[in-house]
Amino acid sequence: MVSKIQVQNLRTWYGEKQVHHGISFHVEPNEIFGIIGPAQSGKTTLLRAINRTFEFTAGTRQEGVISVDGEDVKRVRDVYELRRKIGMVAPLPVGLPLSIYDNVAFAPRSAGMRNKGELDELVERCLTQAALWDEVKDRLDSLGTKLSGGQQQRLTIARALSHQPEILCLDEFSIAIDPVTTMRIEDVLKVLKKDMTIILVTNLVQQARRLAARTMFLWNGEIIECDKTEVIFGGKPADKRTHDYVNGIFG
Amino acid sequence: MTMHAEASPTPVPFVVNDAVRRKMKHEKIAKGIFATMIVLMLLPLIGILGYLVSQGAPLISWDFLTTNPAKGMTQGGIWSALLGTIWLVIVSLCISAPMGVMAAVYLNEYARDNWFTRIVNLAVVNLAGVPSIVHALFGMGAFVLFFDMGRGILAASLTLAVMTMPVVITSTREALGAVPMSFREACWNVGATKWQTIWKIVLPNSISGILTGVILEISRKAGETVPIMFTGAVFFKKIQEGDFFAYGLNDQCMALSMHLYTVTTQVNGAPRELPFAVATVLIVSIILINSTAIATRAWLRSRKKW
Amino acid sequence: MRAKRPGYAVFAEKGIEWIIRLCGISAIIFVFGIFFFVFREGGPILWEKGTDFRLGDFFTSTDWYPTSMENKRYGILLLIIGTFTVTGLSILIAVPFAIGGAIFLSEFCTGKVKEWLKIIIELLAAIPSIVWGFIGITVINPLIQSWFDVPVGLNVLNASIILALMAMPIMVSIGEDALKAVPDNYREAAVALGATRWQMIFRVLLPAGKNGLLAAVLLGVGRAVGETMGVLMATGHSLNNPYVKLDGSFNPMWMFESCRTLTATIASELGETSVGSPHYRVLFLIGIVLLTITFIINLTADLVVKGIRKQK
Repeated sequence: MVSKIQVQNLRTWYGEKQVHHGISFHVEPNEIFGIIGPAQSGKTTLLRAINRTFEFTAGTRQEGVISVDGEDVKRVRDVYELRRKIGMVAPLPVGLPLSIYDNVAFAPRSAGMRNKGELDELVERCLTQAALWDEVKDRLDSLGTKLSGGQQQRLTIARALSHQPEILCLDEFSIAIDPVTTMRIEDVLKVLKKDMTIILVTNLVQQARRLAARTMFLWNGEIIECDKTEVIFGGKPADKRTHDYVNGIFG
Repeated sequence: MTMHAEASPTPVPFVVNDAVRRKMKHEKIAKGIFATMIVLMLLPLIGILGYLVSQGAPLISWDFLTTNPAKGMTQGGIWSALLGTIWLVIVSLCISAPMGVMAAVYLNEYARDNWFTRIVNLAVVNLAGVPSIVHALFGMGAFVLFFDMGRGILAASLTLAVMTMPVVITSTREALGAVPMSFREACWNVGATKWQTIWKIVLPNSISGILTGVILEISRKAGETVPIMFTGAVFFKKIQEGDFFAYGLNDQCMALSMHLYTVTTQVNGAPRELPFAVATVLIVSIILINSTAIATRAWLRSRKKW
Repeated sequence: MRAKRPGYAVFAEKGIEWIIRLCGISAIIFVFGIFFFVFREGGPILWEKGTDFRLGDFFTSTDWYPTSMENKRYGILLLIIGTFTVTGLSILIAVPFAIGGAIFLSEFCTGKVKEWLKIIIELLAAIPSIVWGFIGITVINPLIQSWFDVPVGLNVLNASIILALMAMPIMVSIGEDALKAVPDNYREAAVALGATRWQMIFRVLLPAGKNGLLAAVLLGVGRAVGETMGVLMATGHSLNNPYVKLDGSFNPMWMFESCRTLTATIASELGETSVGSPHYRVLFLIGIVLLTITFIINLTADLVVKGIRKQK
């Protein structure tokens, strides 16, 4: 079976500062793959390298191969197609200054979808999946930026689902939202797992424990350990640093 | 923990002693001096402008605006000058506004931070600093002679367009820069192309700054004299009264600013109020245009979306 | 069911991006174009045979007789003197007011008052130079005549006042930006040490903001050097060295003498020359001189501003 994402010997730089020191791992289809690690260890950069938004930042450089569905992302014919294959949820919610409806319809419209019926259906489905539909169904025309922080984060998730991605990357999605909503979204993720591969970057180690099938511990741009979640959290991980980190001794 | 309460020092009451009083006096004097400075600067200016308008206003009427100058420009109105200025502004705006906005989009959204971009930036700064008379020479050498357009509205408008483009570039750039980076990233993440992001998100949300720049450009164009003097404007020309399309694209035309120069320095025997009236029309229209820019900015800011 | 963008949309987008790139570099094209076309008209005078033009005399001679029949002379020294005299005096007049105004706006003024002052200054900056020239002739001219009891009010002083009034708004707004850029903790530290506002401004604020203020002044100078219609109308436009009396001695009343500037000379004479004649070419050459002067001033201002950014 082909891995959904295969990363080989990835090394990245912001100017002179090296972020990743040659990391390799793979993600299986339809699994929830957890990435944990302290701040500044290169988690966000990794996601940005996968969907190739990393190169938008001036002065960045990258070596090694990242392939999605066996295809090198550096060589894909249509980079926008690649980005649509990957749903990305940023740590801080970003409601675009459009109506709630347009926020969700933005991606499919950019991709060329024009049919009103299809769009309506899609918007409703995505908002429902993101656990936001009931709260906003009566005011789809109001501005997305005027929602509360938690609602905006769910709107961001709805937008990430709107282009029907095969991979969903969540980058510390629960920073800006309350625990109850977090739990609701975690339930949603368990359901979504049937349809897509999920990469869950989180600084809440317990969240990875609850959701992920396998977990990777990234520290200072190096993989300390990558194994089944039970092993990482099982009290006897291969590396002592992993043990210390997941038990809150450092980090 | 009663220790804490006991240890806290008794607050020192604010006493207005001599030192404090002296300080407050200093403060007042300083403020007074600087306020006087700015009042000394602004008041005479406003007074002068008021004086000009009060002298010119009685002569201004609908007829004054819509009839040609007559009898060696000592009589009649300013129709052909007014219409000439309007057409110069319209034609050159059609060139410089889109170009300026796109140049700003390039600099803010596409250009990478390298030596080439620095040179472009330097060019914009310097273009804004080139004296108007040099723009006039350029317009004559390039548009009138080299591209063989001859003197006319087209050549003059092109000269004006080159001259005022930095105004739009600068204000548009500022507006684009104010749109948060996270909006762009969110769009890229869902597979929108750079241009889709710019068109759907960045431009609509920087419209107030862009509009302000364009309106300021209008007032700048309307007031300039030198760049059009040798590229298309003439001292006198009679045109069909009441016909908005009386000028052709390659016709020479009159212009308000140039007309003010003519009636002030070149014409003998005009009534004293005539140049004042021309100046008043010029000043009032420019202040109106600029006020529109300020009002637009305020209005669009009030409905900011984030 | 993933949608597909139609081919023409992808194609149109590529086209738009190319147009944007082209517009982006247009500023460079224009700057080079200005140099090229002005030089194309003016340059040939430097190597054309059979003209009375001498490069040696160009900058050093006070004889400007371009239309004389038998003895044409192209010396622009008087015009340079005129330009620098008027510019210098106008900056001397404008700087105290402009810096005072900038300090008032950034330090003493808040809310509505500040907003309105800025609007008024913005409006004044928009008054066209032809109107300033008109003011010079109709308002300042009689004022100078009656206050200083001189026969003609169109002179160095008049033009300098006009230029000062024109340059002030831009200097105030750039100067205010410069002062605003001085970090608040400088001010707080000074006040915490017991400095009065007055001391804070002169010991802390002005030294910290001096680069920005210098840039503001330089941009004012650039604007004054390049100004045309205002000085054409207000200087009196007579070929004259304001510092020298008829008997050759120094003239202490130079402020009340008429003079002529580089810009005004081009504006008033270009219309009467025939294309390609030596006089015509020399006027374009003066254009190049002006272009060079303003370029140096603007580049310096730019470097000064960049210097501020580097420090941060």
